[in-house]
Amino acid sequence: MTSGLWELVLKGVWTTVQLLVFSALLAAAVSFAVGIARTHRMWAVRFLAGVYTEVFRGTSALVMIFWVFFVLPVAFGWQLVPLWAGTLALGLTYGAYGSEIVRGALAAVDPAQREGGVALGFSSWQRLRLVSLPQAVPEMIPPFSNLLVELLKGTALVSVMGMGDLTFSANLVRLALQQSAEIYTWVLVIYFVIAFVLTRLMRGLEKRLKAGVGKSAVPEPVRTDGPAPKTRVGVSGGGVA
Amino acid sequence: MKWDWSAVSGFLPQLWDGLLVTLQALVLGSLLSFTLGLVWTLLMRAPSRWVRWPVGVVTEFVRNTPLLVQLFFLFYVLPEWGLTFSALATGVFAIGLHYSTYTMQVYRAGIEAVPVGQWEAATALNLPRSRTWTAVILPQAIRRVVPALGNYVIAMLKDTPLLMVITVLEMLGRARLFSQQHFQFTEPLTVIGVAFILISYLASLLLRALERRLVR
Repeated sequence: MTSGLWELVLKGVWTTVQLLVFSALLAAAVSFAVGIARTHRMWAVRFLAGVYTEVFRGTSALVMIFWVFFVLPVAFGWQLVPLWAGTLALGLTYGAYGSEIVRGALAAVDPAQREGGVALGFSSWQRLRLVSLPQAVPEMIPPFSNLLVELLKGTALVSVMGMGDLTFSANLVRLALQQSAEIYTWVLVIYFVIAFVLTRLMRGLEKRLKAGVGKSAVPEPVRTDGPAPKTRVGVSGGGVA
Repeated sequence: MKWDWSAVSGFLPQLWDGLLVTLQALVLGSLLSFTLGLVWTLLMRAPSRWVRWPVGVVTEFVRNTPLLVQLFFLFYVLPEWGLTFSALATGVFAIGLHYSTYTMQVYRAGIEAVPVGQWEAATALNLPRSRTWTAVILPQAIRRVVPALGNYVIAMLKDTPLLMVITVLEMLGRARLFSQQHFQFTEPLTVIGVAFILISYLASLLLRALERRLVR
């Protein structure tokens, strides 16, 4: 393979990484919004969130991508830049899977914790933010890590729409060289390396978060801080920025 | 937004053809993944690490790389090596291989969940190894893992549209063909989207019923 072709592959890697980051952020936002909505006390909110999950989990990611690329522009007049169309389709689909993770982790928090929040006179929003989520989030990391790898694998689908990601560049190289074995092997290896790095990063994150709620073998001294000073730090940080 | 019912009725015959291919790929792919997954699990329990290590590496690799690229690999590279299969056969093989790396984990969990007493009883009864597996361990393990395997069947269903990229005319492939011929994208794509939701919802209901029967 010539250096020009490698450059093409590197560009593909960059597009894949961009798409991965954006759609992961969207998927995370959707997961939390829908997952938390599924624990809402009004049945209508729970029902709507459940419908969202069933619809977006029920359909295939590739069908969703086709829909966003071909139907949205015609039906609603929204012509999206390919990167955003891909982000939207992947984020909404994988967000639906993620919402199940959030719901499950929230449901797994000891009910006594929630009751404790009620006894202390916390509002439902405070209970969620200060009691349930800090305990549920560390438990979500391992399934989210798996989902992130699934999302990485899902980003390959946008190549079908002609977006220049890693898989697409592999197809171009195949056409240029008229041979497939080498380039596809390389591309598979690159995907595997990215997945491996992601898994490692998530494992590190899990360790840190679990340490924050006193679940790791090595207890951290910051436990006495509690959530309240943390939010104050966050607010002052926002003020500086 | 315009919705043209005549396009829907025009697409329906194609939808049935596509559905048939989708279900064909799904059934064959599932059977292959169930079988291969069991083979991987049993190999991972082999006494020699010269068996366990390569199987572990290969399955980890297949699980963490996109099915789409694997499809391309099989579709373009196998003919270079002198192996030519039909597009559907290649697709079935790719899906089966990809999901076998998931089902192997399911089987492993199922086998590990069989109580130790069952193994001890088999030893006490002096059952040969093969009979211990086929008559004692696997029947109990597989019973436990049916719901988890069913979830992967639903996941496979949602990955069958990928076969479109290697020229298999399943549902999405039919929809794309129809769209390009009649220049109507909204109706066929929406119809198959709804079809996927319906099929996977029905499948999940079926699975829940099955789960209630099997896991007591």
